[in-house]
Amino acid sequence: MKPFSYVKPLDLAEAVAAIGPGAKFLGGGTNLVDLMREGIELPETVVDVTGLPLDEVDELPGGGLRIGALVRNSALAADRRVRAAYPVLSQAVLAGASPQLRNMATVGGNLLQRTRCRYFYDQAYACNKREPGTGCDALDGFTRGHAVLGVSGSCIAAHPSDMCVALAALDATVEVQSVRGTRRIPMSDVHLPPGDTPHVETALAEDELVTAVELPPAPVAAGSRYRKVRDRASYAFALVSVAAALEVRDGTVTAVRLALGGVGTTPWRAREAERLLEGGPATEEAFGRAADAELAAAITRQGNAFKVPLARATIVATLKELAG
Amino acid sequence: MSEKYVGRPVDRLDGAIKTVGEARYAGDHRYPDLAHAALVHATIPRGRITAVEDAAARAVPGVIDVLTHENAPAMKPPPKVTLLNLSTLAIGTSVNHLATDEVHWNGQPIAVVVAESQEAARHAASLVRVTYEEKPAVVDFAAEEPNAVPQKSNALQSARADKGDAEKALADAEVSVDLRFTTPQHSHNALEPHTTTAVWDGDRLTVHEGTQSMAWTRRHLAQRFGVPERNIRMLSPFVGGGFGGKGQVWAGTLLAVLAARATGRPVRLALTRAGVHHAVGGRTPSAQRVALGADRDGRLTALIHTSVARTGRVGGHLEQITAASRHLYDSPNIHLRQSLVQLDLIANTSMRAPGESIGTFALESAVDELAWELGMDPIELRMRNEPERDPIEGRRFTHRMLREVYAVGAERFGWSERDPRPGSMRDGKWLVGMGVATAYHPSLQMPASVTVRLDADGGVVVRCALHEIGVGAATAQAQIAADELGVPLESVRVEIGDSDLPEGPMAGGSAQTASAASAVLEACRKLRRSALDLARRSAGSPLRGATDPRARDGGLYQDGRGETYAEILARAGRDHLEARAGVGMLRFLARTVREQRRWMKAASGAQFCEVRVDQDTGEVRVSRWVGVFDIGRVINEKTVASQLRGGIVMGIGLALTEETLVDRRTGRVVNASLADYHVPVHADVPRIDVHCLDDPDPTMPLGLVGVGEVGITGVGAAVANAVRHATGRRVQDLPITLDKLLPH
Repeated sequence: MKPFSYVKPLDLAEAVAAIGPGAKFLGGGTNLVDLMREGIELPETVVDVTGLPLDEVDELPGGGLRIGALVRNSALAADRRVRAAYPVLSQAVLAGASPQLRNMATVGGNLLQRTRCRYFYDQAYACNKREPGTGCDALDGFTRGHAVLGVSGSCIAAHPSDMCVALAALDATVEVQSVRGTRRIPMSDVHLPPGDTPHVETALAEDELVTAVELPPAPVAAGSRYRKVRDRASYAFALVSVAAALEVRDGTVTAVRLALGGVGTTPWRAREAERLLEGGPATEEAFGRAADAELAAAITRQGNAFKVPLARATIVATLKELAG
Repeated sequence: MSEKYVGRPVDRLDGAIKTVGEARYAGDHRYPDLAHAALVHATIPRGRITAVEDAAARAVPGVIDVLTHENAPAMKPPPKVTLLNLSTLAIGTSVNHLATDEVHWNGQPIAVVVAESQEAARHAASLVRVTYEEKPAVVDFAAEEPNAVPQKSNALQSARADKGDAEKALADAEVSVDLRFTTPQHSHNALEPHTTTAVWDGDRLTVHEGTQSMAWTRRHLAQRFGVPERNIRMLSPFVGGGFGGKGQVWAGTLLAVLAARATGRPVRLALTRAGVHHAVGGRTPSAQRVALGADRDGRLTALIHTSVARTGRVGGHLEQITAASRHLYDSPNIHLRQSLVQLDLIANTSMRAPGESIGTFALESAVDELAWELGMDPIELRMRNEPERDPIEGRRFTHRMLREVYAVGAERFGWSERDPRPGSMRDGKWLVGMGVATAYHPSLQMPASVTVRLDADGGVVVRCALHEIGVGAATAQAQIAADELGVPLESVRVEIGDSDLPEGPMAGGSAQTASAASAVLEACRKLRRSALDLARRSAGSPLRGATDPRARDGGLYQDGRGETYAEILARAGRDHLEARAGVGMLRFLARTVREQRRWMKAASGAQFCEVRVDQDTGEVRVSRWVGVFDIGRVINEKTVASQLRGGIVMGIGLALTEETLVDRRTGRVVNASLADYHVPVHADVPRIDVHCLDDPDPTMPLGLVGVGEVGITGVGAAVANAVRHATGRRVQDLPITLDKLLPH
């Protein structure tokens, strides 16, 4: 690991002032430290923000929750209010990583974690995300873990987070702060598809620190569910995951939220499927049609073509279960 | 021998210190002045190094030296591998590291950075820039497999067998199956990545390393570094998992010793997890054909099993992939062939039951498929083809209890509850399936020497350079010695893991415990005789007239009269008695060859597996396991069950998750991390019911047969067969990932 300097500010103003070119914020370190060990992230300065008072979950006046960026993943998953009102979020967090990692990982860090594409990690390979313009060795390599939605000719790396898939379904808002002030970014705008610039992964500027994630009230989410399909029973990234909430009255879908993981270059809100489902019949056929419509845009490669039928099957099974 | 300890679930003697972290592994030894080394791995599969830029690496604070082929002191080249000198089997690869500009595989170590800290060494290693002149490389096993050439047989294994005309019998068979199977490359992922601490003192060398083969490693290092064997001491009291990955000498060992010599400092070299994938061989991939012909009653008329495996162009282990097919089924017509391709990849090596683990996947899947074709219960089919004698060579079996293990297993598992119709058993959204397969692994013994000493205070010291790879090696020998001498277990100390001790067997081939037991028993018997002789010569000894006393209560007793060893020694004025036992290599080989002509001996078992397959996604989860084994006499119920269970867990990985992804363009391992190379996690492993018949093999010391490898054999097929039952789908390509079970 390249030597670096380390600072640990104790208030927010100091933290955002400490960041500059070559500096990185450090939360739980479960991703950044790995990337530093692999020589992919080479910060001159690491600004440890875990001393900041951003580790509470608070109820918002109009309903909803405000989750501090430094709330540990395990604490978020265990929070009673989260479990009651947004079970999909608790389930998604618990589906990720391992208990040890969840005890370290923060909400802000989880939001900004980088892809696990092995061609990104191993510097012997070409990677546009790691070194812009060098090419993508994943395209003709092993693509079992790669995305089929939101891909480009430059990058097909999947977004690895489970938590973010739930946040996408829940219409979360991300609050960030820098010396220039505070701004709020809708979850659907936080992560950017790779396009021709796969190294630009989020809408955050280099000097912006995630301070909180806000969840608006969502009655439909009370019975929501996260279903993760993977190659082993625990500690594996999603091949496909589905965050879903469904409200059915008299056989008709009155509210629905659907987001996908493991298949997108970003946490994938399935808006096309939602549009088709809303107001339609809550039947297996309708669920299948909605899934097909969402997945019609998929661009597959030999190694990940199975994700389209797998995603379809998982969407249908999850919605069926929610429809009861 | 009074059996007070043998057979009991005695706690392992090293359990407590391992639990509290006091067991010191190879990377735990501190030396003043200790330096740390890190490897630089090649990033091309084949070619020459044209330039090494190390200025940036040398500029890192704390860097002591950067060793490359341009400046490293040369080691002697590795000798040719020959069965006339078994220690040459320890050679991982023929490449003479850092003595050549040639690159033979992607990931080959091509430079070593030595620094004051591991962090500095690894950082500097990442800054070494190497340029290459690349040459065409052949790295794609699937593409090369049609070009395989026949493997030559040798004294250790036969690569072919023919009996009758199997192809004709297959063509004429009333019922037949003819299936092709593939299994992927596997990488070693023991808990402890390979770590070496090397210390030179003049021309004397001390090496701390978790190895499965102290004696062969020492001999190999002596040869490579041009020092007498006696100048080298290997210390290996604890090995953090072996599985075959620490049975040979790989670059990390050699380059730690080289770096220590070049820098004049004690050097520790701990491979990174990725480094293990790049610098230590793994299991060969395979392509196999199994074809079976039978009459309508399920009697086999033809058995064909052919395999293609790979080696590296610079070395590799030859796997006995078709071996189980020589012994499992009675068929008048048998045809077995093993073939090889050579690739520009790292040499492959042993991994738990090399050959049998993947060979039984193919054979036992095909047998199951034949049962489907016949509409017959798969256990019944196996029983109808149970041979009286070893099917090809006609040898007698020393012990053949497959009927018994299947009967016990079926009972414990509840096989009779199985509805044979595929897809018929359900549990909510889960399709439930049950499968069986036979486990089989030949039994081996290797030469071992031991000394056993009786001290004046009644203590017993057993000394043998055994390898504790996690199996409870010392515990088993302590139990044996305690019973044979009639002393309490607490008074026995077993010294292992040091090449200065009498030479032990390598920890491989499931042979260590039996090999050492034979010598320990002999030494203990000699000691008892010496003690008795001593007593009979001593005036006043109650044993003066004794002819055949029993060893019990810390001494020798006959007809209620006798005394303790301490009393015998005190009366004779001796402070200890010692006995040595063991056979030399030549006598050993002669005996082995003689025995092998006469007998077929093996560990065997029946694997019963229940899986649940998600009807929507194809996810397979193993929900129940029963393994019933014939491993002869059980020395320690607890450690034996752990080893068998460990084999089954590893087999679940082989069946469902493990696969080394070798990029077909570059020959580089893509998933060189524990996040991407999937071994089973706890959630993938159900409760595993292990049961042993505990019936001694009459030809083995104490009747015990090795247990290290049989546990993984048959597992892949048992899972595949259960999946077949659950879904109606026969998966012939491992691992059984969900994409292979999605609706077409």
